[in-house]
Amino acid sequence: MSKQDYEIVIGLEVHCELSTKTKIFCSCSAEFGGEPNTHCCPICMAMPGTLPVLNEKVVEYAVKAGLATNCKIAQNSKNDRKNYFYPDLPKSYQISQFDIPLCYDGYINIETEEGEKKIRLERIHIEEDAGKLNHDDYGRGSFVDLNRAGVPLIECVSKPDLRSKEEVDSYLRKIKSIFEYIGISDCKMQEGSLRADVNVSVRKKGATEFGTRTEMKNMNSFRNISRLIEYETNRQIEVLEEGGEIIQETRRWDDISGKTFSMRDKEDAEDYRYFPDPDLVAIQLSDEYIEKIRNALPELPESRKKRYLEEYQLIPKAANFVTSSKYYSDMFEEAIKICQNPKTASNLMMSEIARILNEREEEPEQIPFTGRELGELVQLIDKGTISSSISKKVLEELFENPKSAPSKIIEEKGWVQISDEGAIQEVVNKILQANPQSIADYRAGKDRALGFLVGQAMKETKGKANPQLLNKLFIEELKK
Amino acid sequence: MADITKNEIMHIAKLAMLNLTDTEIEGYTKDMQEILAYAEMINNLDTSDIDETIGATKQKNKFRKDEVIEFQTRDNLLQNAPSQAEGMFRIPKVINT
Ligand SMILES: [Zn+2]
Repeated sequence: MSKQDYEIVIGLEVHCELSTKTKIFCSCSAEFGGEPNTHCCPICMAMPGTLPVLNEKVVEYAVKAGLATNCKIAQNSKNDRKNYFYPDLPKSYQISQFDIPLCYDGYINIETEEGEKKIRLERIHIEEDAGKLNHDDYGRGSFVDLNRAGVPLIECVSKPDLRSKEEVDSYLRKIKSIFEYIGISDCKMQEGSLRADVNVSVRKKGATEFGTRTEMKNMNSFRNISRLIEYETNRQIEVLEEGGEIIQETRRWDDISGKTFSMRDKEDAEDYRYFPDPDLVAIQLSDEYIEKIRNALPELPESRKKRYLEEYQLIPKAANFVTSSKYYSDMFEEAIKICQNPKTASNLMMSEIARILNEREEEPEQIPFTGRELGELVQLIDKGTISSSISKKVLEELFENPKSAPSKIIEEKGWVQISDEGAIQEVVNKILQANPQSIADYRAGKDRALGFLVGQAMKETKGKANPQLLNKLFIEELKK
Repeated sequence: MADITKNEIMHIAKLAMLNLTDTEIEGYTKDMQEILAYAEMINNLDTSDIDETIGATKQKNKFRKDEVIEFQTRDNLLQNAPSQAEGMFRIPKVINT
């Protein structure tokens, strides 16, 4: 049997740090960064005798997340303790939710090659983040910084409905964009505010039972999640093909080797002995409270997409792309307010901005300039001030110098398009003189020769010639 | 008599990071059985006319506003730490997280 005979089954647990001002159970700042242990107090440091009090915003944000992902909301809920020892967990238990999560039985739709697919969500619950361990190379020990301890998280658990790394990517991007749209998190993967535990198993195609799964925790880049799935599914298939058995375990992903490793020392650590936290009281949400949040939900990606298709006549691919991230979508809306050209704005984002981000291995939220610059750039193309090939260079420049306006960049770099007919005519004459064969080809009916000539002229002018004008003048000359 | 085995006691001890001697394991197994048997009594209560409760008390919805109060100061928080460096708790080196 081969790889093609197996089906990949993946479920994700997405952890998302909420962008509340304060921590989940105390009034310390939840802001990222800060000197070590300066966003701390006796409560989040687990000093004896302290008591937690739940941040009302955390409940509101979690309910928002639930409603935006078609979940049911538990009207009666509670917090539970998840017990384990680790130096970044000062209480030696994490306050989480066990059997009654705030949100349950939801779904989101993702885009796949075969069209839209529904991915079911089992639950979304609230919990607290752990602190951070710092290490040094001198063997002086490890250093505990509890600024992140007690920062609110939601954990969003999918059903094992994902069947490929492409679906996982699409699902994660959709979840991320929904959470961005409803404003509950900045979802910065590079800062760890969005991370995923990936559960992977394989089974023979047509099998009804799931295979044994392995889990890789705390993945915080799309690229590594894809690499991980590729590696781990191949590993599992190999083990099975050789007659072996998959062991249910947590495996460690290693970035550098691109492999996963068994963590035998943690074998029976996963017995968390959950029990209700006696320091916290029950959470009871009225219909009124839930409906109020539902009615205040902002426009979600699905609805923005619909609007882009209908109002701006974007092609589905462009509408999907632009709404795939709130940062893209906001940038797009700001840009078209200035340039009134949705098609070119979305095209530049989809082809050029996405390409540059990809090369830089960055995410949309890391784009250093705004929709204003993009809008101005499109205006410059539309006015004929620059050619579209120059616009790519301007975008690259904007990534380096986000503070400068596109008009200033092209002026400084001398990238203004040549639209002077006399100047272009000169170039046309020069290129024609140098390429008699192309003239003959064109006159013999080979239209491709025109493309070649235009290309040569563009090269000659370093992409600055107005392409429409160039075309027009070449045709005029060739028809003489 | 509630049923708890020696193996379960050993498992719980391991999770709690306790090193127990054989005698202690014997003792705790017996103690635990008695404690559980005592708690068993609750199962015999008639609860048919009591609504299901979700918390330990009848209180609900004790929330806090999302407003920052800065704690003064880090030195106070760290003062009882057996070892500290650079504003952090220093602990034995933790490897392979
Ligand atoms: Zn605190």
